[in-house]
Amino acid sequence: MTLELEHFLTVSALLFAMGLLIALSKRNAVAVLMGVELMLNAANIALLAFSRFAESESPIAGHSFVAFVITVAAAEAAVALALAAAVYRNRETINVDQIGMVET
Amino acid sequence: MDGFGDNVAFWTLSFLTLGAAGGVMAARSLFHAVLFLIVTFIGVAGFFVLLSADFLAMAQIIIYVGAIAVLMLFAILLTPRADRNNAETMMLAPAVLLAVAVATVIIFVVYDTNWSTVAASPGLTGRELGDALLSTWVLPFQIASVLLTAALVGAIMLIRSPEEEAEDER
Repeated sequence: MTLELEHFLTVSALLFAMGLLIALSKRNAVAVLMGVELMLNAANIALLAFSRFAESESPIAGHSFVAFVITVAAAEAAVALALAAAVYRNRETINVDQIGMVET
Repeated sequence: MDGFGDNVAFWTLSFLTLGAAGGVMAARSLFHAVLFLIVTFIGVAGFFVLLSADFLAMAQIIIYVGAIAVLMLFAILLTPRADRNNAETMMLAPAVLLAVAVATVIIFVVYDTNWSTVAASPGLTGRELGDALLSTWVLPFQIASVLLTAALVGAIMLIRSPEEEAEDER
């Protein structure tokens, strides 16, 4: 069986959907962040699959984009986890359904 | 890509990655969820190797497994009285519907489109990536370094305790 672009994109889509499900349904803010990271990873698999299989002038662009996505994901994780710690200091919880800012 | 080894690697990595992602969803403890997440990251790094992106696979393991997963464990340990049961909110049913819908649409589009593909691997290594990052993409590269500095400063500002802030004002 020949592995094609479609195989990798299917794995990427399923991983993205799993990350979306986790990010939307989990209660703990750290678990929500795990879902976001899974979605970013799924996007990286898709970018590298296109870079490997698609007919392109400069396939290295996909690799460069993945490098930037990894950088931004690291920065985002650091800020998000600092936010979680800051919210915990004020609220004693990081459950996303208990930290609404408008209603008390 | 039609070798026997490629097929074995692809299907093993698929089940490993998606199974571990399901484990993140199903684990009843936040610590177990982070451990499953590490397995998922390693599986994704395996996909990177399979797609002949060796440098990015190493970067994936160093940054995701070495930094982000450990950072998540730190965040869990820094919130000792918060819930650790990895429970869902009331939004579970709509989230399942939305995730299934998104996956269906993407997979339908993937198989419906006529991609113009090439069989041969472009054979890119870390050398080409470094060349591209420092010639074609040098401006985004600089912006990324500014972003990292800003994120570092922002994270430190957010996590400072009120006592430290009061000390600065004196």
